[in-house]
Amino acid sequence: MTDTRPPHGGTPTAPLISLTDLRLTLGRGAGTVDLVRGVSLDVPQGTTVAIVGESGSGKSLTALSMMGLLPPGVTVGGGDIVFDGTPMARLTEREWQPLRGRQLSMIFQDPLSALNPCIRVGDQIAEMFRLRAGLGRREARDRAVESMVEVGIPDAERRARSYPHEFSGGMRQRVMIAMALSLQPRLLIADEPTTALDVTVQAQIMRLLVARKQARGLTMILISHDLGVVSRSADSVVVMYAGRVVESGPSREVLTRPAHPYTVGLMRSVPDRRRPGAALEAIPGQPPDPRTVPSGCAFHPRCPMARDRCRTEVPALRPVGPARASACHFADEVVGDGANLPETNDASEVSGHA
Amino acid sequence: MTLNPASPAEAPERAAAGPGTPAPDVNPAVPAPARRRMPPRAWVAVGFLALVVLGAAVGPLLLPYSATDTDLPNRLLPPGARLSDGGVTLLGTDQLGRDLLAQILAGSRVSVIVGLATVLIGGFAGLVLGLLAGYFGGWIDTLISRLGDAQLAFPSVLLAILIAGVLGPSLTNIIIALAVTRWVIFARVVRASALTVQGLEYVESARVVGAGHLRILVRYILPSCWAPLLVAGTAQIGLAMVAEASLSFLGLGVPVTQASWGATISDGRDYLSSAWWISTLPGVALALVVVAVGLVSDAYRDHTDPRAAL
Amino acid sequence: MLRFVLKRLAQALLIILASLTVVFLVVRVAPGDPAALILGASASPSDLADLRRELGLDEPLLSQYVTFLHGVLQGDFGSSWRLGGDALANVLDRLPATLQLSACALVVTLVVGFPLGVVSARRAGSWIDRLISVPTLLGQALPSFWVGVMLILIFSRTLDVLPATADGTVASLVLPSVTLALPFLGWLARLVRNGVLEELGKDYVRTARSKGVDSRVVFYRHVVRNMMIPVVTLLGLLVGNFIANAVIIEVVFAWPGVGSLMIDSITNRDYSVVQAAIMTITVAYVLLNLLVDFLYVKLDPRLNPEHMS
Repeated sequence: MTDTRPPHGGTPTAPLISLTDLRLTLGRGAGTVDLVRGVSLDVPQGTTVAIVGESGSGKSLTALSMMGLLPPGVTVGGGDIVFDGTPMARLTEREWQPLRGRQLSMIFQDPLSALNPCIRVGDQIAEMFRLRAGLGRREARDRAVESMVEVGIPDAERRARSYPHEFSGGMRQRVMIAMALSLQPRLLIADEPTTALDVTVQAQIMRLLVARKQARGLTMILISHDLGVVSRSADSVVVMYAGRVVESGPSREVLTRPAHPYTVGLMRSVPDRRRPGAALEAIPGQPPDPRTVPSGCAFHPRCPMARDRCRTEVPALRPVGPARASACHFADEVVGDGANLPETNDASEVSGHA
Repeated sequence: MTLNPASPAEAPERAAAGPGTPAPDVNPAVPAPARRRMPPRAWVAVGFLALVVLGAAVGPLLLPYSATDTDLPNRLLPPGARLSDGGVTLLGTDQLGRDLLAQILAGSRVSVIVGLATVLIGGFAGLVLGLLAGYFGGWIDTLISRLGDAQLAFPSVLLAILIAGVLGPSLTNIIIALAVTRWVIFARVVRASALTVQGLEYVESARVVGAGHLRILVRYILPSCWAPLLVAGTAQIGLAMVAEASLSFLGLGVPVTQASWGATISDGRDYLSSAWWISTLPGVALALVVVAVGLVSDAYRDHTDPRAAL
Repeated sequence: MLRFVLKRLAQALLIILASLTVVFLVVRVAPGDPAALILGASASPSDLADLRRELGLDEPLLSQYVTFLHGVLQGDFGSSWRLGGDALANVLDRLPATLQLSACALVVTLVVGFPLGVVSARRAGSWIDRLISVPTLLGQALPSFWVGVMLILIFSRTLDVLPATADGTVASLVLPSVTLALPFLGWLARLVRNGVLEELGKDYVRTARSKGVDSRVVFYRHVVRNMMIPVVTLLGLLVGNFIANAVIIEVVFAWPGVGSLMIDSITNRDYSVVQAAIMTITVAYVLLNLLVDFLYVKLDPRLNPEHMS
């Protein structure tokens, strides 16, 4: 097996978490379906790696597998997840439990449904201190308020006594972030953290995440379909399609000179702030049903460049230049064809916080 | 809901999600499953019910039951016992020597008549009122809906007992009492579907073209109400039968000259130690019929609304 | 909050008024002359006319209604011609027995139904889930008065371990409260099961798990708390239905409660007692529902006006 890990911008640190040929399978016995089909990636200490793709690409499942939170019926069908040197793919719920919150934490797409509607937010955060850190009721409450202050919730003392429905979307996501970071985890997985929020709030939340990440020296995995968010916050990008990695590399390079037609398609479907009048082009068609993934390159039915070879031969994820990989038979052509790209994602735009 | 605590059966009973919920990241474009066939047990239930209806129709002709035709030498004989005239009593005899099978057959007639008539009358009233409420809205809707709410806020058991008790024992009075307590359920179902269709484009366009209220109601609104009304109706048949038996058990149902499962069960209570069959067998008949009606109604609901199945 | 309370109180009063009206109307259109019933067949026409006048039966319906409401407001439903004495007092005498029976049935329902539902949900789809669903379904399909008779047949007449009728002992409570509870028990079990399964699929459960707290904490602190909201609503219905259905069960077990009194009175056309009994049950039913409404608001902060942002 060739190692198809996305190399990471030249930083030589050991990965905090790495996936090796991970397969996530729905069902048992005959009639199983692979929802994630052999994903490998490394997340180096202290960096932010973005996983990008349409819904149905398997990116959220991949993220959940790293928390041991796969939905019922979905299991790790093969490969491994290694966190800080420890293999995790076969852990039981009981073994996962102490790791969650302390080593790895997660924030979710919709903070309203992700928070318990019947418990005051202060108590929900304090649960971490009380049940996990063993603090007393009072102290746990004080720490909860402190952590709310840290994520910029005004009037935290009073707001701690409110219920989730009394908060705005952005404030709720701040609560989620406070909760996820309360025990100083080493890895934060953010699954579409701004998708459910108002546009005006999205940037604030991303800034907060990046700031907390830098203050704590966190490692972060950012799941998103929003290339704008990714370009500003992530060090490297992994693009997934139909349960596979189709492209990976440093975000600056991937987003300026994509090496896979799917990445190109994703970028064309993002609004361009520099050229407000420019037409958006959605990728035609739908992502495939995991039960009937097309032969050859899974993207070929939607690909403007598809040729006969794409219909029969599965393209391997292969290096295309330093620290980059693409799973397109014609990756070189795609890169060379850069003129077709909108100019949004030039280097100056992308550099951001990286 | 009436005499039997039937409300549980009317409660929404299917979890929206559970294990087997599709994974969040899975492509939801799953092809709709082919329309399911009725499960075999529903066919068994249909067959059983057909037999019951047949028994109710012709049974009393073959094995006549008379409240006054007593036969004291043959009293309290167990099922299968030999009668003094040499015949065999299949299900035993009661405290007055009357054949239990004859009573059960005669009782099934009452049960079937009450079940069907209640649902037909209550269903018709509910259909008309529900259509009016759903179609015209406004104060008509408010009036009908509030009336229904008030009636449901009042324990309907009491209403049925009160009406049946005051009107006195007769088949007609039971049907009146039960239909009065049940129209609300049908009216709600019909109103809901009338409201849904109401806003649809083809109704709007019919209105624009100048179709009258009656025409719109009959041609456009009514057809969409049938399926939910029938689903509710089949479920209510069983509940009405239990309610009839309960009223008769309390002595508020059919007059003493008529056999009813509930009345026979009540009569047998004094002979539980010596003749268990008198109270037991009519109850078994009732339970079987109710379960069969429930199976058919569930299967019918799943058939008309595939989303409700699982 | 005060507004909410007042609104609910007003609704409850309306319901009680509506049922008073219904009861009044149904009784007054009844065939048969109450005076003839009271005095018996041998009464002379002039005596009958006197009694009718005394009972107000010769007045127009509307003024009878006003008189009736006026009396009811003062707790006066008239007197019982059969038992003698005030009708309402006769009913209230019987109320403790009915409440006792309903409370016991509620305890049985909760103590058995809740755990059954939780076990079913935690082992959803397993043999134990299926095993539990059988009596659950049967409990709902079987006519409860017949189940009561069968329990008497089995436990009193055949096994002779429990009394069939009220004799003041705790043992005599067992059969009637189990009979009363049985259909609701299965209902509750199913409700709890489906509620748990529904809640388990929600996002906040995943969040709770992602926090690394013990799975029992996730279940009892997070899931059960949310699932209780619909369950509590149904508890009100449940207790109300207990009191209403107790009418039949009381007859089966000769339980000296409001229900058996009401059936006796209705067969004897002792309508003042019937009216008092129905009103007592309705008021209890409405009050319980009211109580549950308030509890519901307390449990679900999203509905609590104090927590409306």
